[in-house]
Amino acid sequence: MEPFLDRISRGEILISDGALGTMLFEAGLEPGHCPDMVVLEKPELLQNIAEQYIEAGSDIVHTDTFGANPLKLADYRLQDRTKEINREAVTLLKEVAGDRAYVSGSCGPSGRILEPYGDEKPEDVLKAYTVQTEALISAGVDLLCLETMIDLKEALLAVEAARSISSEIPIMTTLTFDKTPKGFFTIWGATIEESVTSLQAAGADVVGSNCGNGIDIMVEIARAFREATQLPLLIQSNAGQPENRGGQIVYSEGPDLFAQKAIELKEIGVSVIGGCCGTTPDHIRAINRAVS
Amino acid sequence: MSLLEEISASLQKGDDNEVAELTKRAIAESIDPKEILDDGLVGGMDIIGKKFRNHEIFLPDVLLAARAMYAGMDLLKPLFLKDGMPHIGKIVIGTVQGDLHDIGKNLVGIMLRGAGFEIIDLGKDVPPEDFVDTAEREGADVIGMSTLLTTTTPMMTRVIEILKERGLEEKISTIVGGAPVSVELAQEIGASSYGYDAANAVEKVRELTA
Repeated sequence: MEPFLDRISRGEILISDGALGTMLFEAGLEPGHCPDMVVLEKPELLQNIAEQYIEAGSDIVHTDTFGANPLKLADYRLQDRTKEINREAVTLLKEVAGDRAYVSGSCGPSGRILEPYGDEKPEDVLKAYTVQTEALISAGVDLLCLETMIDLKEALLAVEAARSISSEIPIMTTLTFDKTPKGFFTIWGATIEESVTSLQAAGADVVGSNCGNGIDIMVEIARAFREATQLPLLIQSNAGQPENRGGQIVYSEGPDLFAQKAIELKEIGVSVIGGCCGTTPDHIRAINRAVS
Repeated sequence: MSLLEEISASLQKGDDNEVAELTKRAIAESIDPKEILDDGLVGGMDIIGKKFRNHEIFLPDVLLAARAMYAGMDLLKPLFLKDGMPHIGKIVIGTVQGDLHDIGKNLVGIMLRGAGFEIIDLGKDVPPEDFVDTAEREGADVIGMSTLLTTTTPMMTRVIEILKERGLEEKISTIVGGAPVSVELAQEIGASSYGYDAANAVEKVRELTA
């Protein structure tokens, strides 16, 4: 496939995939069960979901490794299976994706709190991300997606770790912001401006936001990012807020709204558009139709 | 600045060593431990809570201030040994069974402690029975439940059911929170209250224990 960053610099809009977590819950994943273990226990389920997203128009599919950082896996006492989970997660997707879509290695937060606010040492977090990104890169991911970050320091450690393994691997880094009367902040207090400055310096290729918000607020966030940087942008919005309708969890924002807003994202100049919690292949299909 | 004001100021800066030093000095000067607690520690945490609510400071600053608060409280605890540390209410908190997310719950615990409540934190992935057993045994006023996952909200319902089964629903109130929780969901499951964020949780718990 043509290099991911080349297509972006040509001005192409690429479609990422939608939610994985909520799709797994729909498919019967037990709460409390390690979602990354699905890689080893039910790989065909992940391949099925990826196939659905590719058919809906995704140019990028993400590995089920959001929590496969050794520090996070330690919560389930599975840290010794870090390499195995990350590598298998890539392999099973490459089988499905072929040359139809890029395989992106997903890395989420470590779940630990960095000194001085907590007890985790930066060097241990750096080591953890180094182990994870090395496994993903050696298994052949086309790019990395360091996502749902709230602590900018941790995000920078993740970028540093990835760059220590490869200076060329495309790195997308997205944070989760809250809208406050004083502006957009992560719960850790990071602003969009300081995030883009330091992420760019650290070697991230694409920056943006995922999770935490429905698509209206994500459009506002996209605008703020565009004002703060010329770097390519990635936006992966939640499908609104989850609502409990007679025992069924329903997300409030549907594909039609996503299609409408995707056009706005395109106009703002966002290069990669996808979905987060609550989104489905239908959302991706709608985005694809609207911007392609 | 009085010594208690200095304690409050150092707490707000998150300087746990300084708060410990000043608290020792206050104890040595025979200042009433309850005053040290209320005016020095809880007073400082109250200002932190207000700034947090106004988005002037964020989670890291609250965590640092909390650490400083605990440093002071640890020194005061032995002085309250006879009757225990004074508190305005006792709350059992935890993340419900099936969920390991705890930043929100930890923040609520910190803010409630800072407001003068005694907190029993059961951690994460807490079975419904444990919430009720602990609350009953410890004479708690409120059970606070947190979750980030939509699939585990039935665990909150179960806690409320168990309280009813044991005839405790008048004695022990419940408050729920977390991303998939809403005031509508809280009402549907019969929770006493809902907190949309940590600062709001403190206000609501104050109402429940008034």
